[in-house]
Order: sequence, then C-alpha cells, then structure tokens
Amino acid sequence: MALNLDTYLGVHADALKLQSKRMEVIADNLANSDTPGYKARDIDFRAAMASAGGADAPVKLATTNPGHLGTDPTTEANANLKYRVPLAPALDGNTVDAQQEQAAFADNTVRYQATLTFLSSRFRSLMTAITGQ
Amino acid sequence: MSSFKIFDIVGSGLSAQSVRLNTVASNLANADSVSGDPNTVYKARHPVFQAVQAAVGQSANATDRASGATVRVTGIVQSNAAPTERYDPGNPLADEHGNVYAPNVNVVEEMTDMISASRAYQDNVEVLNTSKDLMLATLKLGS
Repeated sequence: MALNLDTYLGVHADALKLQSKRMEVIADNLANSDTPGYKARDIDFRAAMASAGGADAPVKLATTNPGHLGTDPTTEANANLKYRVPLAPALDGNTVDAQQEQAAFADNTVRYQATLTFLSSRFRSLMTAITGQ
Repeated sequence: MSSFKIFDIVGSGLSAQSVRLNTVASNLANADSVSGDPNTVYKARHPVFQAVQAAVGQSANATDRASGATVRVTGIVQSNAAPTERYDPGNPLADEHGNVYAPNVNVVEEMTDMISASRAYQDNVEVLNTSKDLMLATLKLGS
C-alpha cells in the first residue's frame, strides 16, 4: 500500500499553514495598534479549517490546472479574513484592542505548537516504521 | 518567502514606534526651550502612522495581498496649538513687552504617549520573539 504523505499528515499540515497565516494577521493588528482608521482583522479559523478540508468539509471542485482556485488553506484563510467587532473603538477609528490581540496571539501560539507536536509525532512514527526499530 | 513576512510587519511596527519615541524625546527635551518670538518657538512634533496594504499586482499570490498591512510613518506634523506666553522680563530672550514664549508641548500628554509607544514596542518585540521561536521549531520539525 502506497503511503500518501498528505493524507498521512492529516489535517495538521493545513492547520499549520492556517495558524502561521493567522499569526501574520495578528502581528498586523499589533503593528498597527496606533494607526488611525486601521480596523483589526482575524481569521475565522473554524470556517477556514472546515473549507480547507476539515471533518465537515464541503464538496470541493477538482483542480486540474494550476490556474484553478484550489483548496489551499491560505486561500481559504483569505476568504475567512474578517474584521473584528470592536469592544471600544478609539476616536481615531482604530479598532485594535492590544490585550485582545495579545490573547489571540498567545492562543494561536499554543495551537501552533500543538500542531507542531502532532506533526513531529507523525514523523517519528514514520521513522520508526522505516527503520524498524 | 511569505512565512518571513511576519518579520517585515513586526519590523515596521518597531520602527514606527521608535520614531514615535524619538518625537516624544524631542518634545520633552525642548519643553522648556523658550523663545522671544511666537513664530520661531519649538512646536510639538507628532508622527503620522498609516497602514500599508500590499498593492494588488505587487505580489503574485493572493495570500500576500490580503494580509500584510505593515505600518509606515508618512510624516511628522507640528502641532498648531498656540505657544504659552509667559511674562518673564528678566529673561534675555524676552521681547519688548517682557514676554517669552514656551513651546506648546504638553508634558503630561507626552509622558502618556511615551508609555503607549513603549507598550506597543514591547508588544511587537514579543510577537517577534514568539514567531522566531515558532519558526525555529518548525525548521526542526521531524528531527
């Protein structure tokens, strides 16, 4: 039986891409925490993960040409990039809440590390199988 | 490479906040630089921040376009508030009415601005450290 590395890694490869994308979005928010008119954004992780091929993934279009819009999780992330609902928007139109973003960043960091742990354990089992020890 | 874009974002945040700290330092340093002419007296300076969205077509893939709002300092504006007039005839800089003009620097405002800038700078440093750690861990994946 041929081993497909994509299916072997399961949802974790997609999750890692999404989480690194989310890290970028939150870093954006923190870098612009004092920019007038900047609106904080975040990724709807559940929706992005679902459409990137999670458990309840909808039926996908076949991608037979590199130009086709595929199921790349980062593309899904862009579709699920939403503006945050501000709790207390500033007078200058900025909606970044530094505390909220820090919490989101910490949350994302832990998830990223969890995904890394899952992935490396998959690799370890693979190495065990290959070396047979 | 898109995974290193986070460093550009954080770097722009750091440099913007350090420009802000510089203006605060300049304003505080000159808070007492009086002048005999209200037009030449030091005026408080404030940086103007702007979010820079990656332009469409500049980057080939949609991922880089949609996110990636770095921050840029578009300029430094001088405050238009009137300088404080002070009667101080003993001052060698005083005009014919014995008045000197103190800069329109609000020291309390500058101090809070400094705290805000320093917190924002720390936020960015924290993001930088964390993402660096995560990236190093990703590089070591599978070993």
